[in-house]
Amino acid sequence: MKVQLSHPARQVEIKGPKRVRELLRDLKLVAEAHLVIRGDDLVTEDEMLKDEDEIEVRPVISGGS
Amino acid sequence: MNCVKCKTKAVIGLPRHNAAFCKPCFNEFVLDQVSRAIKAERMFGRADRILVAVSGGKDSLALWDILLKLSYHADALYVDLGIPGYSATSREKVERFADTVAKPCHATLLIHTVQEEEGAGIRELADLINRPTCSACGTIKRYQFNRAAVEQDYDVMATGHNLDDEAARLLGNVLHWQDEYLDKQGPSLPASVEGFAKKVKPLYRLAERELAAYAVLNRIDYIVEECPMAKGSKLLLYKEVLNRLETESPGTKQRFYWGFLEKQAKAHPVPTSMAEKDQATLRPCATCGQPTTAEICSYCKMMARAKAGAPR
Repeated sequence: MKVQLSHPARQVEIKGPKRVRELLRDLKLVAEAHLVIRGDDLVTEDEMLKDEDEIEVRPVISGGS
Repeated sequence: MNCVKCKTKAVIGLPRHNAAFCKPCFNEFVLDQVSRAIKAERMFGRADRILVAVSGGKDSLALWDILLKLSYHADALYVDLGIPGYSATSREKVERFADTVAKPCHATLLIHTVQEEEGAGIRELADLINRPTCSACGTIKRYQFNRAAVEQDYDVMATGHNLDDEAARLLGNVLHWQDEYLDKQGPSLPASVEGFAKKVKPLYRLAERELAAYAVLNRIDYIVEECPMAKGSKLLLYKEVLNRLETESPGTKQRFYWGFLEKQAKAHPVPTSMAEKDQATLRPCATCGQPTTAEICSYCKMMARAKAGAPR
C-alpha cells in the first residue's frame, strides 16, 4: 500500500494486508500523535488495511513556545 | 471497533475514555466536552461577544467551528506574522473557513498584519531584538489579541489551547520549578484589570488527536505543516514524551493537567487572589496604555528595540 507521511512530506510503500496498529508500529510512530486516514475516512487501530489501499498517516502535534 | 453509543462502525478509538465513536457520536462528544468546559469554568454566556484567536491550524479553526455550532456569538482575529512560506498558506485557510463556514453564521474575521503595522515580519523582528522567534511571536500575538478584544469591546478572548498544550506547558513549568507561572495555567483567566481581556481555553478537555480528528471528519481545511519556526521547540519535545506515556498508559495527560487544576482549586478556593495580585502589580504602559508590570510593556519595548535596530 502507498503510505503518505509528513514532516517531511514523503511516500513509502508498505506490504499489506496489515492492521493500522501494526502499520504504526512498523513505522515507529506513536498512536496518540497520529491519525490514519484512508481516502477521506479515519480508520481505527484494529482496521485491516489492504495492499491496494492509499493511506495517509497524519501527525497531529503542533506548537511553538 | 464499534461506537460505544450506537454500535455502528467506529471512526476513532479514545483509549483515555475507554471508548470508540462513529462520526455523529464523536461530534456530539466533542461539543459536549466543550460545553462542559465553558460551564465548569464559567467562561462565557449566550449574550457575550467572543473573539477567537485563529491561526489556520486545526485547534483554532475547530474551536471557531464548535462555538458557531453551539450558537455562540464568535468572531475571530488572525494575526499575519509574515513568516515566509507559511503565513500566506495559513491566512488562506483562515479566509476560506471564514467565507464558507463563519460568514453564513454572521461571524466576522478580523485580520492584523504585523508587516503593515510594524514594518517587518516576525523573523526580522526577532533577529533585530536577538530573541527566539517563538518567544517574540508569543509576545506579539498576546498583545494583538488582547488589544483587539479590549478596543472592540469583546467580552472574552478564546484560544485553541488543548489538553496536550496545557499538559506540556505544565510539565515544562514543573521541570523548571517555574511556580510563578502555575497561577496562569488555568483555562479561564479573569479580566483582572482595566485593559486586560478575559481569556479562556474552551478546548482544555480535548486532546490534540481528537481535535485533528474533528477537523478531518468535518472537512475543516487546516494547515497540516508545522510552523518552520517551531522546529526543535521544547514544547514539542514535552508533547512527544507525554504522548509516549499516554500510548502506554491512557489517561496520563488528563490526570496530570486536570489533577493539577483540582489541586489548585483546593489550595486557592478564592479565585480572586490572582485578580488582586494583578491589580497590585499592573499599571498602564507609558507608551500604549496596555497593562504591564514595568513602565513600558514588553511589546512596546520590543518594537522600540526593533526600530532602533539595536541588539539587546
